[in-house]
Amino acid sequence: MSTLLRPFAIKSSGDLARLSVILALFGLILFGALRYDNFVSSYNILSFLRYNSMFALIALGMAFVIITGGIDLSVGGTAAMASVVAALCSPYHWAAGLLGGIAAGLAVGALNGFIITKMRIQPFIATLATMLAAYGTGLLLANNQSVSVSYDTGFTVIGQDDFLGFPIPAWIALAVYVLGWLVLEKLPVGRHILAIGDGEATAGLMGLKVERTLAAVYLASGALAGLAGVILASQFGAGQPTEGVGWELFAIASVVVGGTLLTGGSGSVGATLAGALLLAMVFNILNFENGLGWISLSAYWQSVIRGTFLLIVVVLQAKLMARHNAP
Amino acid sequence: MLLSMQGISKAFAGVAALNAASLEVEPAEVMALVGQNGAGKSTLIKILTGVYRRDEGSIAFAGKEVDFAMPADAQAAGIATIYQEINLAPQRSVAENIHLSREPKRFGMIDHAAMRRGAEAVLATFNLSIDVDRPVAHFDAATRQMVAIARAVTQNARLVIMDEPTSSLDEREVAVLFETIRTLKRSGVAVIFIGHRLDELYAICDRVTIMRDGQTVAKSPMADMPKMALVRHMLGKELAAFQALAPDRETPERPVRLAIENAGAGVRVRDVSLTVREGEISGLAGLLGSGRTETARLIFGADKMQRGTLRMEGRERSYREPADAIADGIGLVSEDRKIDGIVPDMSIRENMTVALLPKLKKAGIVDRARQDEIVTRYIRALGIKCASPDQPIKELSGGNQQKVLLARWLATDPRVLIVDEPTRGIDIGAKSEILKLLRRLADEGLSVLMISSELEELLAAADRVTVLSDGTSVAALPRKDLTEAALLSAMAHQVE
Ligand SMILES: Nc1ncnc2c1ncn2[C@@H]1O[C@H](COP(=O)(O)OP(=O)(O)OP(=O)(O)O)[C@@H](O)[C@H]1O
Ligand SMILES: [Mg+2]
Repeated sequence: MSTLLRPFAIKSSGDLARLSVILALFGLILFGALRYDNFVSSYNILSFLRYNSMFALIALGMAFVIITGGIDLSVGGTAAMASVVAALCSPYHWAAGLLGGIAAGLAVGALNGFIITKMRIQPFIATLATMLAAYGTGLLLANNQSVSVSYDTGFTVIGQDDFLGFPIPAWIALAVYVLGWLVLEKLPVGRHILAIGDGEATAGLMGLKVERTLAAVYLASGALAGLAGVILASQFGAGQPTEGVGWELFAIASVVVGGTLLTGGSGSVGATLAGALLLAMVFNILNFENGLGWISLSAYWQSVIRGTFLLIVVVLQAKLMARHNAP
Repeated sequence: MLLSMQGISKAFAGVAALNAASLEVEPAEVMALVGQNGAGKSTLIKILTGVYRRDEGSIAFAGKEVDFAMPADAQAAGIATIYQEINLAPQRSVAENIHLSREPKRFGMIDHAAMRRGAEAVLATFNLSIDVDRPVAHFDAATRQMVAIARAVTQNARLVIMDEPTSSLDEREVAVLFETIRTLKRSGVAVIFIGHRLDELYAICDRVTIMRDGQTVAKSPMADMPKMALVRHMLGKELAAFQALAPDRETPERPVRLAIENAGAGVRVRDVSLTVREGEISGLAGLLGSGRTETARLIFGADKMQRGTLRMEGRERSYREPADAIADGIGLVSEDRKIDGIVPDMSIRENMTVALLPKLKKAGIVDRARQDEIVTRYIRALGIKCASPDQPIKELSGGNQQKVLLARWLATDPRVLIVDEPTRGIDIGAKSEILKLLRRLADEGLSVLMISSELEELLAAADRVTVLSDGTSVAALPRKDLTEAALLSAMAHQVE
């Protein structure tokens, strides 16, 4: 088989799940294109990409974390806090805003890594705590309200402008995904991350630097959440301390839809992107249905749907695994 | 001297596992490290390689004082270790497992082609040709062990440590391993070899270090240490002679409890017929790949029987899954005990009685008194070395974990118990205890189907032995015809 096709070779139930998510994505696109007039309009496509790039970024960080067998619940809080930091830094220079937001994310990621590897606290608990801390810090810094960004330094270009006809956030997400793919598939550290997810104790016995690698993964997840926060602030013109609620769920759902096992040890960057796009597409289509006047969905209902979707996927995944492992 | 460990002590939660133990290894020598289950062999190795930190003592490696903080450091210093527990990443491919942490790179990226070639090349020296792109979990215990060995020998280490490397290998594979060890030796590499099979130790080792209760009790060249003396050092007492356990009488024709006829599935099991009578130990012999384990899996419903019939207590049955077989009173202690079956974080008590819990319930609540009674009985009967029944099983030595799993099935009171290599990884003192226990249970009416690669074990304990060759039952020897020569010639039988 050519190396080009290798990612699509079906060797395990994970591959099957990955293939089905790609098919489902195309199915949904086709459905939308046939059913709604403006679905394939450039306006819809571009705003779809612009908005969902943020989610794609945190989904990638989450994918790495989940591959190690962990979880990062702090991404939403981190993004919210980072958006505030970015907004506060944006008057100095657009790059100050960008770096400030990322630095805020790195800080939370570093803290997560420290608590999990050095203090040996379960990732679930550790990141739940830092999620609350991040939200709190964001609200404190923002004085409980959204913080307008500077429009003079060009900071808003990051989230609002296009480059070669595509939104800059989409370019950023694309670049980061290519990087993520390289790391996971081509660099030794990617294989180590997979092996650690396969069994931490074993990986240690095999001579891998487990703690250092885990810390790096949480750091990366934090940085990506920070970057998502920067885009959030830049796109909506304000740091939003109360945004980000439920983002971790969206990210987890994307990762799981992409065929990555919650138990760790397997996963794919490409399929995570497909998972994120699929999930985003579902909401895009629901919006169009809203527009047609058939149904009317509040944000609350969207949450319910997101949760239900995640549940269905996890159940399907468990069933698929059971069938695959049966002799 | 390549390695010198002196005065090593280590306590877990106040209980001493090592007490001023020592170990010295010269370059290019094979050092046997022996001792009963729980003597502290694996702990000593884990202290050397940075898995555990020592409480006291000093370690010098290659002329330098060392104190490795983690296995990665020991590996970097030139020590490759095959730990007793399976130490491979199951979902990663064979090639990746062999190279993990030392991946061949091109321009900073993994060179997958080189990795595949390297893996194939080293496995070829072991006469193993498998698809190295497949996850390790897809292969059987023996292959995984060979992969772990391949991983260790490709590290260009100065010291290779093998903690019970042969426990899932058959004779042919052991021969290949020994050839590898000799090659290592020729290139100046030292090997520490931990094992319970004396013949193997005498065949490959130059010197021996004997441990008992966390202490080093003897060191000597292998040639100067007669077997009896070695065992005496190990146990701290004389070993009662390994006497025949099966009564040397004409076996009365007791009723058949379990019988399979012309059973087959796939290519591994072609045509197997065997019977297990009430109150007897029926042996199942054969070379590796002769289909012994596969036959056991068929009977147990773990694999689907495609041809032939199975009769349990006179009724024809067809088991779709193990639960059906268990409901009929059949138990299986698998050979893969290292991986299958133990729940590492649960206590000995829980691990021993999980299969039993439904029966232990009184008004929906676990009858603690009966549970205690069973657990205490088997801890004593099998000589399980532990601090208390509530200790997590992962804290036991490898051999003692195996005993807990054996006890789990014994405690379910099955009418037919299939044991696949029951004494694997178990020390020589406890080995005859286990055989005696099986014998006693058989005398009380249990039917045992015992798969074993050790002829002396079959000769000592079995009432009859069915011999498999190439997935076909080629002989059924009753007690009176059971001799080593008869077994060997039947095993070597080639099906035309
Ligand atoms: N992590 C741990 N926590 C508590 N006790 C432990 C731990 N590891 C080992 N022990 C105890 O230390 C003692 C020595 O165990 P070790 O594994 O070194 O034995 P061993 O000589 O390798 O035996 P075997 O032949 O069965 O493998 C045992 O009593 C064991 O229960
Ligand atoms: Mg051991």
